[in-house]
Amino acid sequence: MDYDIELTVNGVKYKTRAPASFTLIQLLRDKLHLTGTKEGCGIGECGACNVLLDGKLVNSCVVLGVEANGAEIRTIEGEANGEELSDLQQAFIKHHALQCGFCTPGMLMSARDLLNRTANPTDEEIVEAIAANLCRCTGYVTIVDAIREVADAKSKGGAK
Amino acid sequence: MSVPYKSDKHQYVGGNGERLDAIDKVTGAAVYAHEMVVPGMLYGRIKVSPYAHARIKRVDTSKAEKVEGVRAILTGATLDMILGLYMCDRHILGRDVVRYQGEQVAAVAAETEFAARRACELIEIEYEPLPAVFDPEEALADDAVRVHPDLHTYNHMRGVFFPQAHTNIAHHQKIRKGDIEAGFAQADQIFEHRFTNPPVAHAPIETHVTIAQALPGRRAHIITSAQSPFTVRNLFAIAFGMPHNNVRVQIPYVGGGFGGKAGIHLEPLAYCLSRQAGGRPVKITATREEEFNVLPSRQGLKTIIKTGVKNDGRITALKVKYMWDAGAYADYGVNIGRAAATSGAGPYVVDNCWIDSLVVYTNKLYGTAFRGFGHLEVLWGVERNLDRIAHALGLNPYEIRQKNVLRTGTTTITGEKITANHGRPDICLEKVAKDIGFEDRTKAPTTGPLPKGKVRGKGIALLQKSPAMPVFTSCSAFIKFNEDASVNVLISGVDYGQGTYSSLANIVAQELSIPREKVNVVYDCDTATQPYDWQTVASRFQVMGGNACIDACHDCIAQIKQVAAQVLRAPEHELICEDERVFVRHTPDQGLSYRELAIGYTYPNGNSIGGPINGRGKYIAQGLTHLDPETGQGKAALDWTYGAHGMEIELDTETGEIEVIKIASAFDVGQIIHEGMCRTQVQGGVVQGLGSALFEGFRFDERGRMLNPSFVDYKIPTAKDVPREMTQHFVETPQLDGPFGARGVGEHPMISIPSAMGNAIFDATGVDIIDLPLSSENVYMALKGARKTRES
Repeated sequence: MDYDIELTVNGVKYKTRAPASFTLIQLLRDKLHLTGTKEGCGIGECGACNVLLDGKLVNSCVVLGVEANGAEIRTIEGEANGEELSDLQQAFIKHHALQCGFCTPGMLMSARDLLNRTANPTDEEIVEAIAANLCRCTGYVTIVDAIREVADAKSKGGAK
Repeated sequence: MSVPYKSDKHQYVGGNGERLDAIDKVTGAAVYAHEMVVPGMLYGRIKVSPYAHARIKRVDTSKAEKVEGVRAILTGATLDMILGLYMCDRHILGRDVVRYQGEQVAAVAAETEFAARRACELIEIEYEPLPAVFDPEEALADDAVRVHPDLHTYNHMRGVFFPQAHTNIAHHQKIRKGDIEAGFAQADQIFEHRFTNPPVAHAPIETHVTIAQALPGRRAHIITSAQSPFTVRNLFAIAFGMPHNNVRVQIPYVGGGFGGKAGIHLEPLAYCLSRQAGGRPVKITATREEEFNVLPSRQGLKTIIKTGVKNDGRITALKVKYMWDAGAYADYGVNIGRAAATSGAGPYVVDNCWIDSLVVYTNKLYGTAFRGFGHLEVLWGVERNLDRIAHALGLNPYEIRQKNVLRTGTTTITGEKITANHGRPDICLEKVAKDIGFEDRTKAPTTGPLPKGKVRGKGIALLQKSPAMPVFTSCSAFIKFNEDASVNVLISGVDYGQGTYSSLANIVAQELSIPREKVNVVYDCDTATQPYDWQTVASRFQVMGGNACIDACHDCIAQIKQVAAQVLRAPEHELICEDERVFVRHTPDQGLSYRELAIGYTYPNGNSIGGPINGRGKYIAQGLTHLDPETGQGKAALDWTYGAHGMEIELDTETGEIEVIKIASAFDVGQIIHEGMCRTQVQGGVVQGLGSALFEGFRFDERGRMLNPSFVDYKIPTAKDVPREMTQHFVETPQLDGPFGARGVGEHPMISIPSAMGNAIFDATGVDIIDLPLSSENVYMALKGARKTRES
C-alpha cells in the first residue's frame, strides 16, 4: 500500500507517494531522483547512504521512507551552495580525498555531521566520525587530512 | 627534424593538480551505472545455487511465470553460450551441474525489482547433491572429485595455457631455469616451508551493475560498471557470434574495481533477459551479498617452497609448488597462475629455479584478477620464507635480501636481463629499512618463554610486479582540439578511481604546452566512439595510455606546424610549439596562437586552410615474447615496478591484537607523473593490503557454504585501522620506453604488506605464522601453540 509522504530535502519541499516498504534511500533516489546518495550494502554497514534526518546522521538504507514524513533531510546535493562548493568539498578536492567517489557523498555527510556537532574535533573524533564509512580506495588518510583542515579553519575563525 | 623546446610555463609532469573527477564526485553529480535508467527498463534478479556441487534434476518456473509484471525467465537449460577469455569453462547460468554455492542458476526480468525477486523465490529447482572438493591440495589427488569432468574438451587459449585432462588442473605453468638438482647440491642448507592465503573479496563500494538491451538487427547496447569496455565487447561479441560493431559498451563513472570488474560478468545475462523480454532493456544490480558470493574473488593459494642456500645466505636453488584455489571456474585464474609464476621467486637472482604453478578447480566461489594479480599471495610465501632462512642462518633479513636482490646484469627466472633502467629494488629496501630504523629491531628469541604484554616488532619485505598481458596488448588515444584550443582526450582505459586520467592530463598539457585546465580526459567510455584499448588492469594504463597520449600530442603538433608553416612562410622544422602558440624559432613574434588554428586558419581575405586538429596516437607493447611452454623462459614483462615496505607493529601477546605503528613504503616509479595520484595510490593500496594482512578471507562451512558474505562478517579496513604513521618514498630510475620514464604503481602498494607484517610478528615474538590472515584470533592461537611447546 502506498503512503503520502511530505518532506523537505535540502530546503526544497516534496510531496510523494511510496509503498511502506520503501526505504529513505529508495525514496530519495527512485522518487525524488536525488541520486547523489549511494547504496553500498543495503543493511547499514557501509555508510555510503548517509544523510542528515532532522539534523541527525542516519543510514538512509535502514530508515523507512514513511519515517521521513515531515522531516528535513540534508543530502550531498545540499552540500554546495549553488555553484559555490562548501569548505568540506573544497578540502576534499585539495587533498585528493576521494578516488572512485562512491563512498564520498556518505563520507561528506558524516564529516558535516561531525562539524555540526563538534567545534574543534580531535583527530580521534574525526576518525570516530568516519569509522562507519567504508572506503576501499583511499586508505582514509587524505579524508582525515581534509576534515582536519576544515575543522582547524573553523576553530581559528571562531577564536577571532 | 624536430626542434627542442622547453617552456617553464606548462610543466606538469610531477605536479599535483586537482583530480579531473573531483568536482563531480564531491557534489553527487557523478553518474554511475547504479543510477542510470533507460526508457522501458526492466529489473533483473538472479537465483543462485544453495549447493557447492549438485546436479540440477528439475526446474519448474510455472509459479514464477504467474507473478504480475514478470517479462522474462531464464534457466541454464535455455542458454548454451559459453564464456571465457582464456579458458571457456562457464555457462551464463548453471547448466545441468552447479559447481559452487552462489552459482547463478536462473534469472528473471520484471517491471519492478520486487516482482523479479518474488518470481526468483518461486522458481523451483530440485538438486541432487554431489560430492565436492574444497581444498586445492586435496583436489590434486588421483581420486579427487572432478569439478570439470569434460575439461579435456574445453576451448582455451592454446600454447599459453595447459589444462591437464582428467584432473582438476586448469593450467600448469612451469618455470625451469638452470639445474635445480645441481643447485641443491651446491647448497650448505636446504629449507622447506609451507604457506597459505585464503580467498579474498574485492569489495568495491559500488557493486556490479549492468543495463543491457537487445536491439533489432542483432545489435546490443550495454551500460555497465566494468573496467575494460573493449574486453566486455570482445567477449560478448564472441559469445553471441555478433559483429563487434553491433555491440556498444558504455561505461560511466565506476565505483571501484580492483580487478573484480576486469572481465565480463553480468552483461551476457542481462542481454539474454532483454532478448527474452522482447528487447526491453534489463538492469541487474548485484546486492552486496551477491558481490561477495556470486561474483568472483581473489583466489586462495597454498605454497610449498624448498630453498637451497649457502651459509652466507646466497640462494643456490629454489623449488616452489603453487597450488591456486581457482574455485569452480578458472577463466581468469589460469592467467594469474601463469603471471604470478613468472614472479614466483620474488625480485631475486635464482639461477636454479623450478616452479610448478597449478591452477586447481575446487567447488568454491571462483577467482579472478585482484589488484596485484597473484603477487600478494606469492610474496607472502617468498618474503616470509627468506626471513625464516635468515633467522636459521643467523643473518640479518636486510642483508640476505641485499645479497640476492636483482641487480644490473643479472637475469630473472624467466631469463630477462636486468639493465640499468629496470628499477632499483635495493634502493627501495634501503629507504624503508632506514625509515623504520630496522637496525633497532627486537630480534625476539625463538626459544624459551614467550614475551609477555605488549611487544614491538619490525619487518621488511620486497616486492615486484610487471603487467600480465598478451604480447600484442595495445592502446590508442584521440585528442580533439576544441574551438578555443582546449582539448578533449578520448581513451578507453577506465579511470575507476585510480586517478590515471588526472595523470594523463599532466602528460597531455605538458606535451601540447597548454594549461592543464584546458585538458578534459573524457570519463564516459564508449566503444562506439572511443579508440581501442585492451583492458584497464595490471598497472599498465598510465604507461601504455601515457605513451599513446604522447603520440597523439605529437600528431596534433605536426598538424599545427603543417598549417602554421604555410601561414608563417617558414619551414616546419623552424617552428616551435610553446605556451599555446606556434612561432618561428628565430623570430618568436612571428607566430600564431593555437586558437587561430584549432579548427582551421582563416586568412584576412577569407581564404581558409587546415581544418580541425584531431590527433591520433597509439602504443603497442614492445618486444614481448610467448613463454616457452616447458621452461617458462621468455619476455613477458612490459616493465617491472619494484618496491619495498618496512613496518613496525605493536602486538598484544595476551589477545593477539596488532596495532600498526608505522609503514614506510618505497617504489621505483621511474618518473612521478602526478605526485598526488602516486602518493594516494600508495596510501590506499597499503591500507587495502592491511585488510589482507589483518582480517580478510572467506570462510566456508564443511559443505562449501560461504559463511561471511556481508560487511557484518567480512571486515575491510576502516579509518580506525589506519597505521599511526605512513610514509611514501619514490625512486626515479627512468624506464626508457615509459612516458617520461614512468612505470605503473597502481597495484603494487598492497603487495607484501602481509609479508612485512608476518616478519614483524616474528621479530616481536619469535613466532612464525604461515597462514593468512594475521587476525587477532589466528595470532593468539599461534602464540598459544608456541607457548605450549616453548614453555613446557
